[in-house]
Amino acid sequence: MCQDCGCGDVNLVPLDVQQRILSRNDDVAAHNREHFGERAIFSVNLMGSPGAGKTAVLEATARALNGGRKLAAFAGDLATDNDAARLEKAGIRSKAITTGQACHLDAEMVHHALHHFDLSGVEYFFIENVGNLVCPAVYDLGQSVNVVALSVTEGEDKPLKYPTMFAKADLVLLTKVDLLMHLPYTRVGPIYDALGKVMPDPQVISMSAYDNVGVDRWIEWLTARREALPGVGLAGART
Amino acid sequence: MHEYSIIQSLVDSVVAAVPRSAAVHRIDVRIGELAGVDCDLLATAYDVFRTGTICERASMQIDRVPAVWSCPDCGTEIARGSALRCPACGQPARLASGDEIILQRIELEVS
Repeated sequence: MCQDCGCGDVNLVPLDVQQRILSRNDDVAAHNREHFGERAIFSVNLMGSPGAGKTAVLEATARALNGGRKLAAFAGDLATDNDAARLEKAGIRSKAITTGQACHLDAEMVHHALHHFDLSGVEYFFIENVGNLVCPAVYDLGQSVNVVALSVTEGEDKPLKYPTMFAKADLVLLTKVDLLMHLPYTRVGPIYDALGKVMPDPQVISMSAYDNVGVDRWIEWLTARREALPGVGLAGART
Repeated sequence: MHEYSIIQSLVDSVVAAVPRSAAVHRIDVRIGELAGVDCDLLATAYDVFRTGTICERASMQIDRVPAVWSCPDCGTEIARGSALRCPACGQPARLASGDEIILQRIELEVS
């Protein structure tokens, strides 16, 4: 009740908050980042449409690096652990995160999955997100970088239709370029033009996991980015 | 449809910010054009999810923030639909605003 004149209105008191609504997720993501950072692990949030070739990229990565214990991955899907099984078969230590109906991974899911997961000897950790060009872009998972797989079969203007996803990408892997010969109406130039309108400094590697095109450039990019981590590579040796 | 998950976090944020007995009258949020959030879906999710929470009787005002890219060196604003490089000096642009997902203000009823 208004205390000034007894009119019956309630007094309204504003409370200035100015807080990120996903601050809880951000806190857990920062915790995940500490987990990776203290082990000098370079972590990649790999996003893209369903069928963009995310799992195939990781299989090609394992082949190029001869598998071994330095690669690990979580594979996020609404149902099945098929992708994690494929990655295990390729030599990548893996775990499935089955989200049920959730269209994205969040930091808490990743943190939960990290419990009881052996990170010893791991240098590169891949979080293969749920196939989706919208929701995964919203959630920080604690990764070092965001990488988006965009296949040439998805259409030249896909970046313009999903600008948030591409604006957050550190690198775009243009996948399935071996199929371009079968796509007379798809050209690479307009894809690059579209990326330039949603990414300020587009970094793009054309890839084909099928015949290993571009895989060497991808491995070089990964290696260079990991060596820039504190305590790793020449930069680490100097400090 | 991650808007439901965002509303859940929003209600959690309100609960953490106000006394348990508070009557929440209105909340103001800021959502950037490039935040990856659909404002209409967010409003629908809020109407569904607020039932039985501290926000049950509170309206939600959404302030939509347009995406603005500008040059980090000279400040030139990039025209919408253009390549995200400064037309004056060639630098990659920087997002000046438009990725916010912010709980800005809560209005409480005090008797």
